[in-house]
Amino acid sequence: MSTIDLKANGLPAHPERATQEGRAKLVGFWLYMSAEAVLFATFFGTFMTFRNSVNGGPTGAELFAIPMVLTATAILLVSSLTSVFAIMAMQRNQASKMRFWFAVTVLLGASFLGLEVYEFVEYVHEGHTFTSSPFGSSFYTLVGFHGAHVLFGVLWISTLLLRNINRPIDTYVAPKYYVASLYWHFVDLVWVFIFTIVYLFGMVG
Amino acid sequence: MATSYLDKKFSLWDWLTTVDHKKIGTLYFFAGIFYFAVGGLEALFIRIQLMYPMNDFLDGETFNQMMTMHGTTMLFFAATPLLFGFMNWVVPLQIGARDVAFPFLNSLGFWMFFFGALLTNTSFFLGGAPQAGWTSYAPLALDYKGTDFFVLGLQISGAGTIMSAINFLTTIFTMRAPGMTLLRMPLFTWSTVVASALIMFAFTPLTGALFLLMFERMFDAKFFDVAAGGNVVLYEHIFWIFGHPEVYLLVLPAFGIISDVIAAVSRKRLFGYHSMVFATVLIGFIGFMVWAHHMFAVGMGPTVNTVFGIATMLVGVPTGIKVFNWIFTMIGGKVQFNTAGLFAISFIPSFVIGGVTGVMLASSVADFQFHDTYFVIAHFHYVIVGGIVQAVFAGMFYWWPKIFGKMLNETLGKWMFWLFLIGFNLTFYIQHYLGLWGMPRRVFTYLPNQGWDTANFVSTVGAFFMSAAVILLVINVAVTFARGEKAVQDPWYGRTLEWSIPSPPPEYNFARTPIVRSNDPWWYEKMQGKKEMQYAEPLSEIHMPNPSIIPLIMAFGTFIAGYGFIYTSWFGVFLGFGITGVCMFIRSIKDDHGQHVHPEGLHVEKGVHHSA
Repeated sequence: MSTIDLKANGLPAHPERATQEGRAKLVGFWLYMSAEAVLFATFFGTFMTFRNSVNGGPTGAELFAIPMVLTATAILLVSSLTSVFAIMAMQRNQASKMRFWFAVTVLLGASFLGLEVYEFVEYVHEGHTFTSSPFGSSFYTLVGFHGAHVLFGVLWISTLLLRNINRPIDTYVAPKYYVASLYWHFVDLVWVFIFTIVYLFGMVG
Repeated sequence: MATSYLDKKFSLWDWLTTVDHKKIGTLYFFAGIFYFAVGGLEALFIRIQLMYPMNDFLDGETFNQMMTMHGTTMLFFAATPLLFGFMNWVVPLQIGARDVAFPFLNSLGFWMFFFGALLTNTSFFLGGAPQAGWTSYAPLALDYKGTDFFVLGLQISGAGTIMSAINFLTTIFTMRAPGMTLLRMPLFTWSTVVASALIMFAFTPLTGALFLLMFERMFDAKFFDVAAGGNVVLYEHIFWIFGHPEVYLLVLPAFGIISDVIAAVSRKRLFGYHSMVFATVLIGFIGFMVWAHHMFAVGMGPTVNTVFGIATMLVGVPTGIKVFNWIFTMIGGKVQFNTAGLFAISFIPSFVIGGVTGVMLASSVADFQFHDTYFVIAHFHYVIVGGIVQAVFAGMFYWWPKIFGKMLNETLGKWMFWLFLIGFNLTFYIQHYLGLWGMPRRVFTYLPNQGWDTANFVSTVGAFFMSAAVILLVINVAVTFARGEKAVQDPWYGRTLEWSIPSPPPEYNFARTPIVRSNDPWWYEKMQGKKEMQYAEPLSEIHMPNPSIIPLIMAFGTFIAGYGFIYTSWFGVFLGFGITGVCMFIRSIKDDHGQHVHPEGLHVEKGVHHSA
């Protein structure tokens, strides 16, 4: 790899795609995300079909509390930003800074999940359950699927952090960090659509 | 003679842990042949039942199980793995790569397919197979326990299929030899690109549809509960958004095989290469816009029916381009009528018949007459058996020497070809008329003297011919393994890169990465008077992936979790996903840097390497 321009910090300019394996991982992961986007699209379509089929139960406008959803959105969007900081630190070979920002990302992700659990418990108390109506089934399928993705991301980035706690950044681990942060952005992007289609559309009826 | 990937002493452990694309291709291929036999047996039972009016060979429920499992098995567990077998065998060789981009994932994809197929088929012994048709429409499918096996088995094998598709695309995008530009890739590799993209965007809606079905059956969701405001047509839409691209992702690799075989047996460059590539991509693209032609009779209204009907007819244009290109490739060529060539040539008229009836079905007004009759059965069997199966046979005779180093027997092959051709046309041609005479599909028996008796008898006789052909193929494979003629490196005077390396290839395929200087790179070098390819690198150590048992265990975990869901045992679900999760964890925390092997001819002295 002598052809790659080495910076003073000892890493190639883009350590995540300095090797063939790294490049393949990035391409493969973009393909994976495009496939996942179609899966989410299927659930979005299902939700939009049923968003007014409330079967006598509470409607979206009655259920959704914008301040809480807005807080959850803010948390998740900020976590996307912190994962960008982590990747910028990684590319500058600042391992402890990178770990710090990834840890913040994980904490924000976990607090988002906490809010979501709280939200679901509230809804169930108000009679909006998985089995109460097609609206309920499709709501929990879509939002729950997203929540499961957030949970997976939290576990994934935590595992990465713990496994490499004392390890310097090199071209072997850099693609792993980079792909995890791509995943995190993807999950956040899906949330932006959920916020718009489920909650904002739901508020206006 | 170089050491081949097959020279290592046979061990079961080696096959269970292999990450070599050639061995995984072999696993896919033989699993596919096995399920092809299972699905074929189910078809035979269907035909025996329908041989005579009011026959009582099978009762109605068993017939429905046979019919459902025949479709499910043939599409998901036979055609898909057979084509994946070819993709694994051939694509890395055709682009000058040493393996796929993600060898571990390749192995995981196979084992997920394996356990998914196994799970669905165990339903026969666990209270009855799925019986709502391969489409498993809600609400009908919601009434049967067998549906759980359908849903979980397809979910697991479908996940494996999606990862393999991503793997093929990444391989083709990142691992081509120098000079192998996208518009120099052989047609089979191109069709793998398009088919993989179709898998990525079509199998994911299937995953979604299966989740809906699963949640409805197991967790009492209300998607399809019309009384509660549910909607059953939604399932049909999602299913066919998957289902139509599904048949294209099967037939496009078949087109790819035929394009490569026809060019090779005609000893001539493929006519209209660029238009072939363009047509392949276009078919894949249009394939996503025609799904509702499966639902003309649902009542979507004349506007929707017309739009989807016209979109469907458009598919005929790129397909027609392909047919003419194949014919023009043969014109002026020195066509070799060996078994591979015969199957490839007979593919063309068979597929055209299937295509013509397809355009007839696309006319939504006429479709109200054809819908749910044997005309539809005849149409898609001409496409699938006349198209995909004949292409698989052509590809099998063509690439077998490269993969196993032995020639399949040509005499047996030609017998098989004629038996199959006669049997296939006997079975399905008459079914066009049966449909026009009003015989509905998916019925387990019929009353005599409606004018259907002779036609059904003829159709069943044809099925026996096809069975005989498949038995001949199995004998041929056994004879070839036992004492087949040894294959030379380039038995067909081939054109593409796979024929520039030994048969069977060494573990690392290419000791030195070749430089590609033309479409048909190997033919080009031969025409330049060269005995081998030009190389891009000196002989040196080769980096190869490590074998691993983890994919098998990981896939086995999902198998356990599948039964957990079917029998609503949370213990089973947690145990299964626990096994899978632990495997993922181990895979994550353990560094895997692969290994280095020495290609033949590289001299090693005291750790210092000199290239020969």
